[in-house]
Amino acid sequence: MLKITNLHANVGDTQILKGLSLEVNAGEIHAIMGPNGAGKSTLSYVLGGRPGYEVTEGSVEFMGQDLLDLEPHERAATGLFLGFQYPVEIPGVSNVQFLREALNAQRASRGEEALSGGEFLKLAREKAALLKLDMEMLKRQVNVGFSGGEKKRSEMVQMGILDPKFAVLDETDSGLDIDALRVVGDGINAIMRAPAKGVLLITHYQRLLDYVKPDKVHVLAKGRIVTSGGPELAMQLESEGYEAVVA
Amino acid sequence: MAEAATLPTTRDEDWRYSDGEYLAASNPDVINHWRTIEVPAGETRSEHSMHGSGEASDGMVDRLRVHVGKGGRFEAFKTIAAGRYARVEIEVTLEEGAHFEFGGVTLGGGDKVQEFVTCTKHSHPNATSNQVVRAVQWGQSTGNFLGRIEVARDAQKTDAAQNFRAILLEKGATANTKPELEIFADDVLCAHGAAIGQLDEQASYYMAARGIPPEIARKLLIQAFVGDAFEAIEDEATRERMLERTLSELDQATV
Repeated sequence: MLKITNLHANVGDTQILKGLSLEVNAGEIHAIMGPNGAGKSTLSYVLGGRPGYEVTEGSVEFMGQDLLDLEPHERAATGLFLGFQYPVEIPGVSNVQFLREALNAQRASRGEEALSGGEFLKLAREKAALLKLDMEMLKRQVNVGFSGGEKKRSEMVQMGILDPKFAVLDETDSGLDIDALRVVGDGINAIMRAPAKGVLLITHYQRLLDYVKPDKVHVLAKGRIVTSGGPELAMQLESEGYEAVVA
Repeated sequence: MAEAATLPTTRDEDWRYSDGEYLAASNPDVINHWRTIEVPAGETRSEHSMHGSGEASDGMVDRLRVHVGKGGRFEAFKTIAAGRYARVEIEVTLEEGAHFEFGGVTLGGGDKVQEFVTCTKHSHPNATSNQVVRAVQWGQSTGNFLGRIEVARDAQKTDAAQNFRAILLEKGATANTKPELEIFADDVLCAHGAAIGQLDEQASYYMAARGIPPEIARKLLIQAFVGDAFEAIEDEATRERMLERTLSELDQATV
């Protein structure tokens, strides 16, 4: 589904990714763990096409397409969802407006008809209920005044409504209390655990992996994958630390 | 009569950001003409106007002098998309407990110079005023807001607020603002804020990451931005119409 080959990327003049290769098949959830500064967030931004992140070598193939050739909004329309470590506040734009525009733009690019206001609200209500979220939150401005936990829950609702084929979730678990962590974990399972979908879960800690069982765990250090394994690798990292495993 | 014969120039403080060439070529009687509105005590008068890019391609100057009686209310909501020089000036005198509400948007490209100039005279106690001005400029255009607030010696409990923000969509566009507060009373609240910046790139990217194409993202962000200026319009249909007509001018944008 997602095939990253020998990816090199710079931020400014600094090389962050130095030959990263990784493949996630449909139906799989992979976790990427690694110390601070390993390049985890850079990987997610490169996949999402954020301005300022320059790919100097390598390729990324997503569902048979050259992902790097697409504009950020086109990547989303092909079914890629990027969960933000720090979801952005957008004053003056409501979640409902934001998500309806996003969903209808994605539908348009797939040649599907736009959802009416009523149809959209019905869908939003369904997804909010699935994630045990208050509909009131959707009427508020995008992430404005949300607590860290609310922002991450809101990301899950966005993911539920947009129903992507593949999600790259960048430290979605950071800043969450135990209850919110469970909601986010349940959300990922409910929305993304499916035979035709895939997830790349970027995380510092093993905690979230108690709720979302990964099929594979990769350790990212100094801009490349240094070791890969099953869920037991996450446990080993937790008990021994990155240094021992990476060395 | 001396006033009628002379023309302002950019050396005059209140005209410093205006278009000097346009002024020099203008008819003094037109430039020095003031419309007047008298708001009787306890009553409300409002003016909504849209100076679209289709009108007055050379320029326009609209000057309005308003007197608001005790406990009265004057509200004005205006968009300037016209050019090449467009100026809307409002001078308001507030009696005791009166209120002045102003929302203004300048929006344009090319080499347009668009400005709001207000002078709010709190001459009696307990009067309030609130002004919100937003500028969206591209090309080599200029958006200005000059806002003077005069609080007289016995105008205690005055509550005056003024807020200006500008978004410059392109290098070469300009925004100027000049808040002027003259306060002679001691028990007053006068707030003013000003910021000039660009479209929020992080918000644009966040929208793109959810599938919203750049042109729609820009429109949503600008809508949210200029929406502040019309927030105080109570009637929802009027508010939406004002916002829609203003945003339709964005289609002229070349960026």
